[in-house]
Amino acid sequence: MMADNPTLETEAPAPTPARRKGVKRRAFLIGSAAVVGGGLFAVWWGDNSARKRAVELTAKDKDGSFLGWLKIGEDDTVTIYTPHIDFGQGSNTALAQMAADELDADWSRVTVESAPADPAFANSSLGKGFLADMSGYPGVIAAMPASFISLIARQMNLQITGGSSAVRFTGQSGMRVAGAAARAALIAEAADRLQVPANELTTQDSQVTHAKSARTLRYGELAEAAAKRPLDDNPKLKTREQYRYIGQGIPRLDIPAKVDGSALYGIDFTLPEMRVASIMMAPVRGGKLTSVDPAPAMAIDGVEKVIQLDEAVIVVAKGYWQAKKGLDALTPQFSDGGHGGLSTASIYAAQDKLNAAGPKLTAPTGGKLVTGEYKAPFLHQAMMEPFAITAHHKDGKLEMWGGIQDPLSARMMAAESAGLDADNVTFHPMIMGGGFGRRFPPYSQIIDQVARVAMQVPYPVKLIWSREEEVKHGAYRPQVAARLQGVTGKKRMAAWASDYAQNDDAAAEGTVPYAIPNFEARHHQFISNQVNAYWRSVNASQHGFFNESFVDELAHAEGEDPYTFRRNHLAPGSRHLLVLDTVAQRSGWTTPPPEGRARGIAMVESFGTIVAEVVEASLKEDGTPRVHKAWAVVDCGTTVNPVNAAAQIEGGLIMGLSAAIGEQINIDKGAVVESNFSDYPILQMADAPEVDVHFIESGAKMGGIGEPGLPPAAPALANALFALTGKRVRQLPILAQAKV
Amino acid sequence: MAIETTINGKAVSLTAEPDTPLLWAIREEVGLTGTKFGCGIAACGACTVHVNGEPTRSCSVPVSDVAGKSITTIEGLKGADGTLHAVQKAWIAAQVPQCGYCQSGQIMAAVALIQKTGKPSNAQIDEAMTNICRCGTYPRIRKAIIAATGQAALEGTA
Repeated sequence: MMADNPTLETEAPAPTPARRKGVKRRAFLIGSAAVVGGGLFAVWWGDNSARKRAVELTAKDKDGSFLGWLKIGEDDTVTIYTPHIDFGQGSNTALAQMAADELDADWSRVTVESAPADPAFANSSLGKGFLADMSGYPGVIAAMPASFISLIARQMNLQITGGSSAVRFTGQSGMRVAGAAARAALIAEAADRLQVPANELTTQDSQVTHAKSARTLRYGELAEAAAKRPLDDNPKLKTREQYRYIGQGIPRLDIPAKVDGSALYGIDFTLPEMRVASIMMAPVRGGKLTSVDPAPAMAIDGVEKVIQLDEAVIVVAKGYWQAKKGLDALTPQFSDGGHGGLSTASIYAAQDKLNAAGPKLTAPTGGKLVTGEYKAPFLHQAMMEPFAITAHHKDGKLEMWGGIQDPLSARMMAAESAGLDADNVTFHPMIMGGGFGRRFPPYSQIIDQVARVAMQVPYPVKLIWSREEEVKHGAYRPQVAARLQGVTGKKRMAAWASDYAQNDDAAAEGTVPYAIPNFEARHHQFISNQVNAYWRSVNASQHGFFNESFVDELAHAEGEDPYTFRRNHLAPGSRHLLVLDTVAQRSGWTTPPPEGRARGIAMVESFGTIVAEVVEASLKEDGTPRVHKAWAVVDCGTTVNPVNAAAQIEGGLIMGLSAAIGEQINIDKGAVVESNFSDYPILQMADAPEVDVHFIESGAKMGGIGEPGLPPAAPALANALFALTGKRVRQLPILAQAKV
Repeated sequence: MAIETTINGKAVSLTAEPDTPLLWAIREEVGLTGTKFGCGIAACGACTVHVNGEPTRSCSVPVSDVAGKSITTIEGLKGADGTLHAVQKAWIAAQVPQCGYCQSGQIMAAVALIQKTGKPSNAQIDEAMTNICRCGTYPRIRKAIIAATGQAALEGTA
């Protein structure tokens, strides 16, 4: 597929500028178009085998619901299929905007659907984006088992949503190219029919117009014949001034169904004769079910079956309540897998010891040495929709319905769990009630669990995790301890050394944008019994907190204003400086805050997007922080849908504050202590600030938008509290530390 | 023994066992899935419905408690002609939902608040709107409530 760069398929190349350029413009060859049932015009891209597979899938489908990337119906409807799943980030609308803009489609006739879980629709752009330019995406690749890494490298066989990647990779190199290529073919067809030169034709609102002769053809009339034409694999794309939909705050396509209750999430799916199951897993991750007497559950009305898995017991019943009552009646025994000695404190102690082994900095005469030991806890994603997947095994075939970030991998995993060939497994992706990193297949235990249950029962079964199981068996943001050392003098940072202990190397997130003559960051690997998982913004939230708090410490050590100190370490004319200056200006940084309040500032770049935030906070009577107002300035290059992009930044900032103030997952005797929203507090309306979001449309390479709003929130708040109280927050969450 | 209720204006006999939470009767027996399961302990509000006009977290109310009562779910907010409730329209205008999972409950809580207060103040919004939104749509929820009640931007939260 990468004709100009064949080595990309087998190994990760060095991220050279030349390759980045190549990917940006020529990431895909568009396959020759195909006519499918119903006069539909289809465009897809991919290698020959993917094309062949798509043709096979098409041939099977007599209804004309073509499984491609873009189709135009005879009635002018345009359907855009995206390989990404929208769990709230609004990327599906943005992707449709990008394709429709290049296509010059009538927006009122555009719909978007998720492509099914099939390799023909694998999300090549995401994989290629990572391999060609790994910037801002440490998480996904590391999260995959070796087999998946190999898939990325060899086949790009992924259908992932994550890494704030949908718009910047799939949109930029896929959707726009598809739309432009389809438009070119429609113009060529119209030119032949009208017997006029193509360059006399214009397009708008799904029509081709020849102004001279005042003749117009609808896309729907042209689509079938246009589809037989060869497609340009490198069509001319619009310039920024020509955008009609890109850059507009077009209302999201998914929202109407989310205000009237009609949107169907995975948990809402139902089938005739379906049973509902619920689960209780070994309290200590790594533990096993050692024994359970099913009788007390079986005695409950509506309970039909008790199923024992290696690590869990599952009760299958007529409804959820009966399944839950069945589980509550059981007294299963579990082993602790040898992890019974682990606790939050023991993990921090082990991490501190690793960090202490790092070399110590010394300050030269006249310089200052500052050391700060920072800690960030395990965090739960707390997606609002608990895990729920329906599975039905019949005649050797397994069908599944649910919300998973990578439905293709989910299908492969289910096939393995069920002992079936992947061709006999279908996974229907559904809307997700949040994800925030929780729904990656490698650690979405529910895929394996429900597949195994389905193989043991003759009816469809929906497995629903209770909130308690969600909280206690999460895939948490890694707990990290860091020791930071800085040497300063003459209001400048001379040296910086950070030692941090966690599962994975956070090299990308461990850096800062400031000019520091001697900078080093050392990863000390520490592995607990918890899975190495990802939480919105991956490692940028912990390391953003450490680094931006510590910069603040160094500024204060030098008696300098934290904003001025930062800007003095940024290059004049740089994007970072403009972002920082703009947030200072918008927040009125140089004017004093209202009585009893203080402001904090922080800036973190993640996923290719630079975000600086200022928060204005006070302390309530009980000593808990209250953020009154927050400002965010964002440079993600270009915003596709500024209204939705602002929503992502607002939400990320608030989630960052929520975590900083009160969220933590603690381990005791190897098991998770917290159990529900009662002891895992999420920020509520009364404590959520008004957020001022401003975008700098720099035109730089497009960055992500779903995650980068989060990381600066915690350090901005911690820095505000220091300004208010003189007490430095070095361990999160703030609330737990304040009360100790 | 069946439990007689009214759901969205229609008489409904619920056959679920009396201790079954109203949430599961609505979702699994009646088949209205707009009301969501979030926590099961009345902490998040995703399951909020109106019982005799009162905002109620249906995961923690047994069906035996709603005998003879009138229940409204998110599906029952639209007018008879299918037009959206003013609050639903305001939700779209403010582009509130992200993942959307909590929004049925948020909207039901907001409608109840507006029915009670007419034009809620920021303090009343803070007090009544305790539903959890993990996507962090709170600022837009506030804007939508204010817009739905014909108020200009309110002072006093920040």
